[in-house]
Amino acid sequence: MADSETKNLSSTKTAVETKSIGHYLSANLRQYGLLLALIVVMVFFQIVTDGTLLRAVNVTNLLLQNSYIIIMALGMLIVIVAGHIDLSVGSVMGFIGALAAVMIVNYDMNIYLTGAICLATGALIGAAQGYWVAYWNIPSFIVTLAGMLVFRGLSLLLLEGQSVGPFPREFQIIATGFLGDFFPKAIGEWLAGVFAVRQINTVAFVSGIAAAILLVWMGMRKRMANIAYGVEEEPAAIFYARTFIVAAALIFVMYKLSQFRGLPNVLLTMGFLAVIYGFVTENTVIGRRIYALGGNQKAAQLSGIKTKRLTFLAFTNMGFLAAAAGMVFAARLNTATPKAGFALELDVIAAVFIGGASMSGGVGTIVGAVIGAFLMGVLNNGMSIMGIGIDYQQMIKGLVLLAAVVFDVYNKNKEA
Amino acid sequence: MSTLLEMRDITKTFPGVKALDNVNLEVAEGEIHAVVGENGAGKSTLMKILSGVYPKGQYEGEIIFDGQRLSLRDIRDSEDRGIIIIHQELALVPQLSIAENIFLGNERAQNSVINWHETNRATEELLAKVGLVEAPTTKVGSIGVGKQQLVEIAKALSKDVKLLILDEPTAALQENDSRKLLDLMLELKAQGVTSIIISHKLGEVRYVADSVTVIRDGSTVSKLSAKSGFKEDDIVRDMVGRDMTHRFPEHERKPGEVLLDVTNWNAWHPEHAERQVIKNISFQARAGEVVGIAGLMGSGRTELAMSIFGQSYGKRISGEVKLHGKPVDVSTVDRAIDAGISYVTEDRKVYGLVLDETIRFNTTLANLDGVSSAGVLKRNMETSVAERYRSALAVRTPSVFQKTVNLSGGNQQKVVLAKWLFTEPDVLILDEPTRGIDVGAKFEIYNIINELADLGKAVVIISSEMPELLGMCDRIYVMNEGEFVGELDASEANQERIMALIVQE
Repeated sequence: MADSETKNLSSTKTAVETKSIGHYLSANLRQYGLLLALIVVMVFFQIVTDGTLLRAVNVTNLLLQNSYIIIMALGMLIVIVAGHIDLSVGSVMGFIGALAAVMIVNYDMNIYLTGAICLATGALIGAAQGYWVAYWNIPSFIVTLAGMLVFRGLSLLLLEGQSVGPFPREFQIIATGFLGDFFPKAIGEWLAGVFAVRQINTVAFVSGIAAAILLVWMGMRKRMANIAYGVEEEPAAIFYARTFIVAAALIFVMYKLSQFRGLPNVLLTMGFLAVIYGFVTENTVIGRRIYALGGNQKAAQLSGIKTKRLTFLAFTNMGFLAAAAGMVFAARLNTATPKAGFALELDVIAAVFIGGASMSGGVGTIVGAVIGAFLMGVLNNGMSIMGIGIDYQQMIKGLVLLAAVVFDVYNKNKEA
Repeated sequence: MSTLLEMRDITKTFPGVKALDNVNLEVAEGEIHAVVGENGAGKSTLMKILSGVYPKGQYEGEIIFDGQRLSLRDIRDSEDRGIIIIHQELALVPQLSIAENIFLGNERAQNSVINWHETNRATEELLAKVGLVEAPTTKVGSIGVGKQQLVEIAKALSKDVKLLILDEPTAALQENDSRKLLDLMLELKAQGVTSIIISHKLGEVRYVADSVTVIRDGSTVSKLSAKSGFKEDDIVRDMVGRDMTHRFPEHERKPGEVLLDVTNWNAWHPEHAERQVIKNISFQARAGEVVGIAGLMGSGRTELAMSIFGQSYGKRISGEVKLHGKPVDVSTVDRAIDAGISYVTEDRKVYGLVLDETIRFNTTLANLDGVSSAGVLKRNMETSVAERYRSALAVRTPSVFQKTVNLSGGNQQKVVLAKWLFTEPDVLILDEPTRGIDVGAKFEIYNIINELADLGKAVVIISSEMPELLGMCDRIYVMNEGEFVGELDASEANQERIMALIVQE
């Protein structure tokens, strides 16, 4: 071991070990396992519901139903990676929906102004909670538990215990609108003929293919760069299989959407946000610092990272996204109710943990959180179609969460 | 006087290190026996064996106590036999009362229901024995460290103690509290309690001990008795005297201008507002110079470094830091880094690394601006930076995508060094840079330090290992109880002189 050749700057680059596919898979079981679980669950429900699950209208519904959970899961992932938790998001979401309803329905305010005020209010609520967590070191569990009660109460107060609605059409389209098909009708009709279906929305169809191509291209580019640096570990077979499955799934979903009403507005919002947050967490300085903060706060602090400010920002961001989700939710139901968002924080948190985040912080990905949310969504949806009662649904969801986390802990112990 | 305890040929190995090598310890009935040695000499390990923390089977050798061969299973087992250890970090629950603490795990109860009258009465009796005037219901958190120490002793007495072990009992105490504690030990001796005291302070050893065992590098060096009279000089020599040839690279240095200049630095304890931890310290380090800070654990070395590095420790910090003759702002960590100061922390796993992350992640953590533009990371650039430092510092790993948790101690330390070198500092403060790493890796770290000095950086090394300071430094400051008590040039420094400066009271 004693080697004094520290001056040797040109020491040869160690060749990356080429591992067998099996070994690689078992070392990265969690990542692939999640994707696999989603596929298995979908296939299972597709069979037991006699194909209802993947019918065009149901796929559209599935996306709409889970949109607000996914939007909040993006923020929750960051909060959890930073080593905290936010129990207040369901209440905040409900409160913002109520605020929007009161402003638009009762006071006839401009919807864009209302939207801006609602988002700002959400950010402010997040900031207020983050302030106590970051600068007073009050456990986030306590602060946000308090927030959960406070904002639930405020929603009741604001709505005076009543449901307020309906919203004007322009507001509803946030959640229930679809992107119009701006391609010539003839193309859609021709496509419908080719696939022997009733109709095809060309925009949705083309975006599906475009997104899949983009995905493959970006994956290839990253892989090429990694190979050039000699740091690629994923065996080629797995890379191609994984890319193919994801690309095919993307095209499939869009194809299904194109047979119904096309691209939901909310899918665009959600996709846009997911891409942004995925980029921020993976490729930016601030994202990197959040992982460092959650991974080892003391080391992060002593590396010059302003950990308090980061914590504060994580909660502010969470409040902002909860507000966005609140408006989507209210627009979808076309009414604001005092019970809106009740216990929803638990679904959001569960999605993030199923997606592989660690309770102790520093670990988790946006992609994981989104897949986790979809997994929960498919479970909900599939079981509802099957007519399984809410009682069993709750139990099954609970066990899935436990299994996912036990699996994580088991893997981690095996590694050590 | 008969022998109460005999530990024979005790050998204990940790993975890769022999912590104890055939250590012998003999304690006579009714005496106070002192065990002395440097940090890391093996004293604590020996006491952990004696108190059952390392049970039979995890060490070799035998223990004979009170005429019986002992094979202890756990701490409980040793306590049942009357061997009670009071650790340096007190094992009291601050939120509970004195009485509750004393009888914790040993509750005065009938059918699992606590008898509070009996508990408080017995506590009063014990407190009278140790001379502590406090109500049994007082919360432990609300009394000072000195009094807490007495509560620990009362707790030991509640268990019918035959052998009381005190691990550096006065380390956290003020002068007069220390004296009170030592007097209590003498009083307990008069009542027939045998004690072992572990201490660095030779003055107090001489004050209370009947005999002394010196341990160095995991072996018994000597046994001295008060009757034959022991001199501090002899103990110091035995504590430190060891062969140190060829453990440090040969190197010549040419110090230049004064680079780091700290004047009148003061800091107070973050929780105990009345305790001044750093007392008016001034020091300098030249470009191309390696300066050492010697002192025992708890002398305030780490606190000094952390308070300078972005006020990461302490309250009411005052003093001035100059770099290249100009005052610099070091009030936050990022400002200190920008000014050109790096602090390589003491415990790399707790303060240095994000263990679950890769070498690349950790290498760039303190200078993410250096691998990004407009806040977006340049992955490939980051990888090549990490690769560059990996090969420059010879981190042995298949790739920079290895998680740091899987690296050996020496390689982890190199990654921490890489992180700080990437901030391109002028001044590097290294806190225990080679603790817990093997000899070969130590040598490599020393080479790196020499290279840094050659590049004109000022290096400050904080270390508990005196040979390391003597082997590496051009100048050594000696620190004790928050103050600099001496400054020695490399030419005049030796272990005896440093130890003598520390132990003088």
